[in-house]
Amino acid sequence: MSDIKGILIIGGGMSGLTSAIEAAEAGYKVSIVEKNPYLGGRVAQLNKYFPKLCSPNCGLEIQFKRIKNNENVTLYTLAEVVNVSGVEGSYDVTIKVNPRYVNEKCVGCDACAQACPSERPNEFNFGMDKTKAAYLPFDYAFPFRYVIDEKSCADNCKKACLDACKYNAIDFNMKQETINLKVGAIVMSTGWSLYDAAKMDNLSFGKAQNVITNMMMERLASPNGPTKGKILRPSDGKEVKNIAFVQCAGSRDENHLSHCSYICCLASLKQATYIRELYPDSKAQIFYIDIRTPGRYEQFYWKVRDDKGVTLTKGKVGKISEDPATKDVIVEVEDIAAGNKIKASFDMVVLAAGMVPSTKESTCGMNIPLTDEGFVNAPSLQKGVYAVGTLKSPVDVARSVQDATGATLKSIQSMVRR
Amino acid sequence: MEKKYGVYVCKGCGINDAVDVERLANVATKDMKMPSCKTHDFLCGPEGVQLIKDDIAKEGVNTIIIAACSPRVKYEEFDFPGTITERVNIREFVAWSQPPKTEDTQNLASDYLMMSITKAQKVDLPQPNILEGISSTILVIGGGITGMTAALDAANAGSKVVLIEKESQLGGFVNKLYKKIPTSEFKEPLIIDTDIDKMVKQVEGHSNIKVYKSAKLEKTDGQPGLYDVTISANGASETIKIGAIVMATGWKPYDASKIDHLGYGKFKNVVTNIEFEELAKKGNGKILRPSDGKEAKRVAFIQCAGQRDPNHLPYCSSMCCVTSLKQAGYVRQNPDAVAMIFYIDIRTPGRLELYYKEAQNNPGIMLTKADVKTVSEAGNGNLYVEAENTLLGEKIKAEADLVVLATGIVPTTKESQEYQDGLTQAASKGDEAKKAYLESTPKPEFILNLSYRQGPEIPSLEGAYGFADSNFICFQYETRRTGIYAAGAVHQPMNMMEAQQDAAGAAFKAIQCLDHISKGIAVHPRAWDETFPDPLLIRCTACKRCTEECPFGAIDEDEKGIPYYKVNRCRRCGTCMGACPERIVAFKDYSVDIIGSMVKAIDVPEEGFRIVAFTCENDAYPALDTAGINRKNIDPSVRFIPLRCLGGMNLVWVADALSRGIDGVLLLGCKFGENYQCHFVKGSELAEYRLGKVGETLNRLQLESERVQMLQVSISDSDKLPGLINEFVEKVKEIGPNPFKGF
Repeated sequence: MSDIKGILIIGGGMSGLTSAIEAAEAGYKVSIVEKNPYLGGRVAQLNKYFPKLCSPNCGLEIQFKRIKNNENVTLYTLAEVVNVSGVEGSYDVTIKVNPRYVNEKCVGCDACAQACPSERPNEFNFGMDKTKAAYLPFDYAFPFRYVIDEKSCADNCKKACLDACKYNAIDFNMKQETINLKVGAIVMSTGWSLYDAAKMDNLSFGKAQNVITNMMMERLASPNGPTKGKILRPSDGKEVKNIAFVQCAGSRDENHLSHCSYICCLASLKQATYIRELYPDSKAQIFYIDIRTPGRYEQFYWKVRDDKGVTLTKGKVGKISEDPATKDVIVEVEDIAAGNKIKASFDMVVLAAGMVPSTKESTCGMNIPLTDEGFVNAPSLQKGVYAVGTLKSPVDVARSVQDATGATLKSIQSMVRR
Repeated sequence: MEKKYGVYVCKGCGINDAVDVERLANVATKDMKMPSCKTHDFLCGPEGVQLIKDDIAKEGVNTIIIAACSPRVKYEEFDFPGTITERVNIREFVAWSQPPKTEDTQNLASDYLMMSITKAQKVDLPQPNILEGISSTILVIGGGITGMTAALDAANAGSKVVLIEKESQLGGFVNKLYKKIPTSEFKEPLIIDTDIDKMVKQVEGHSNIKVYKSAKLEKTDGQPGLYDVTISANGASETIKIGAIVMATGWKPYDASKIDHLGYGKFKNVVTNIEFEELAKKGNGKILRPSDGKEAKRVAFIQCAGQRDPNHLPYCSSMCCVTSLKQAGYVRQNPDAVAMIFYIDIRTPGRLELYYKEAQNNPGIMLTKADVKTVSEAGNGNLYVEAENTLLGEKIKAEADLVVLATGIVPTTKESQEYQDGLTQAASKGDEAKKAYLESTPKPEFILNLSYRQGPEIPSLEGAYGFADSNFICFQYETRRTGIYAAGAVHQPMNMMEAQQDAAGAAFKAIQCLDHISKGIAVHPRAWDETFPDPLLIRCTACKRCTEECPFGAIDEDEKGIPYYKVNRCRRCGTCMGACPERIVAFKDYSVDIIGSMVKAIDVPEEGFRIVAFTCENDAYPALDTAGINRKNIDPSVRFIPLRCLGGMNLVWVADALSRGIDGVLLLGCKFGENYQCHFVKGSELAEYRLGKVGETLNRLQLESERVQMLQVSISDSDKLPGLINEFVEKVKEIGPNPFKGF
């Protein structure tokens, strides 16, 4: 196997981690290219998984432990693939690595962040709070290393963190680097981003303060999130006792996303349990078109449905507005089963926003065949390049992991063929 | 290996502010008689690491104790191949969670150092256990689309594959299909050929694949890498060597005659979705109904015929909505014909929504949300479908000339799992109940026929309804029988495309498993581990606890009841070590003696409290680290000892700790029961069960049972955990000091 080139894994979320670590544990060299300063992707931002309601950090911990114990994995964070040339079995890949301004000497002691006078919006928490310009992305971050958002550094303040760091770990002379790799196969696992909820004018995201997205809800519910897991609404920090979930906020709508995003029904059912567990006197109402809980997820649906504090109403929400006095959120919807119109007020509304494939942002320096919705048209991909998980169609974590494991085998075939 | 010790204490990251490092170094050299103890301001920095490397090169140091940060960080810097390296976590567990420079803080650091030195003295370097004659052949059970995909994918990656199929031809259910849906673009043509024949040809013609048809697995003996598999085919029986197994035995349709109100079995023109495929195939697209051969022009499809129903299948089959949409397309090949689909929810997740959209745009396909109440005769072989709760809020009664029930999938593993569960239950009531069960219950056909002490099949998973599923969202192939990986509809409800992806995943895991076995290392989730359980069988009393409690069925028994380990089935969790009352199970770096000696290394003063906390290393330990990162205070009387899994918790440690005057024992494990979190299945549950028996010891010592407690901890509990631990300490303090102190 010594002449075998490695496998390039683009994207270090659960799919990419799976492809990479599985291949590494089978003896193949892998390089993970991740655009964030940390691994874990979307799942790292989740409070809990459906249907087990367990923490994704548990699985990530195992994944990271596997990386720590395997010398076959090379990791590039803050990195992106800008160019790929070649054919199956022999690709030349160009990677751009952005400066972290913190080197491998970092011990994670927090001294730089404590000394740093500048703040930046915390994108890990969807801007709901701030970090210092020198920051650790979150407390379970891997690699466990600080990062400096140089654009957020106030004028002439670089001295503060430099002075604070006793370990010479901060280096403002770091420059963007270009790295060239030779690999035999490529797994694209760049995942998805959330559909911009502000594009749905009638749903008032960005206008009504207490209308948030489902991903924001994950961060609100997380013990390491902006409200320390309290679920307080943005306008006034009030405890959320009466919440609505608006399904298909963009999904299954030809004006926005024509596909179904697979996970949003389950995510809202799950998020209803967050509220119900936190505040036993709370109420949650879910407005849906179809409840899509395939396979054994059906049991999770039943469990939430049978909770007396949860109401499920079939109907597509027509309008959301804000009560200017109370900042409560008013939802207008046609109850399809009852045949009447509902106008109801809630403390907070969660938009079950959908998945946008990350090919919209980048196709990683390759010419990738896409479907009309921007997903990778997998049967038309050249041999040697494999797209996994949500890049091909919205799926849950389980199916992403299955597909990512299978992609490892396809990558090996690519190298066997050559 | 003759050990040459080197102890290193880091002063960075606030350690020097929190503890007197010179005093700590004296503990190593004076109390523990270590030849040297070096301190450094920044041990993980290049100079610090070089200091250690120089000692290895020049002094021959080979057993290294590093008192610094958590072993979860700086693993690259402190990686010294060929040595025994012990990490002492005095940063997260001491400097970051204790007030600086108190006597309590100093004692805590000193105890951790003594515990780790003690461990290093007891640990040996592992030698991987590589068994001879490992086969790298993959056995695929089931020649349907999943099995054939697994076989081809493995074969194309260079593996030898044996594929067995119970029918006389390959292809499985796909053979019955008239058409399938397109793989990517959901535009015309919306129904395409399955091309199953081409795939069968590929499989049968592949030089790496050997196919057995009309075949059955009579017996699976041995362990991964060394299975002796007996296949019977066409009256002959053959035993072959197999490395790992992909189980792709698929599903059976749910028996539609059990759903009384839908008229299946009563009316000839009520058919299942599979029978409908056969009709369409037979008529080459023309649907000729069973009763009179007349072409069906008004076809009603009833979704969830059994699925999502607590009386039938309490799950969704994931593929029936799309199947009916496709089959409506068959009907619509005749422009005069119409299809009516009655559904609860249309489930076309992901891009399949676009396929649904096409059906919605088809003027001859009517889709209605409805609860179907009855199917009844309408004369001339036609049928009435009566439904309530339609979108219009009305009852409807529609006439159809053919009714198709979208029946669901039942995994082929269900019957054997139910039989085995019944047997276990009966056996727990005694030999007579077991005998009665065996006599009264018809034995279903088994699939694997494993000759494992714990039973012939993959054990059932609570809430999985007979599917051979993994318990873990992140790890879809985390099987409870090492080397055997389920794929396709026997794994989970799924459609054909998903099954093919799953097949590749399972095939890969089989290949990877054999790679590990050939190197003598564990498979997931301890894929780097070269150690293995090595019991001192001479002291075994044949109590059978290890063979019963092993989560992976890795231990069989000989005729005298003495266990013998099938090491390739083992996942190195140490549950057998925790189970063994004779304390004879040991790994090179993990044993009853090693952990017990660490407990004994704790200095127990006559004044003041001491608590020992056995800690799951995957969830509780990182949660504690994170509490340290967030500078949360934990009572300084607590000493954490990481365990691979709480299933390895041996009661002797609790007894030893308490008899030495330690005031309390805490177990930090993961959630158990349904939706359990333990990656070794029942570790924390077993630990709790064993704790139930500690009462005897406590009574003997005349100690309060509240001194011993277990907490179920999630990795994300770092915010709550310090509080819970401190609460326990307060409770122990209320009870008062352990009277055995000073003895």
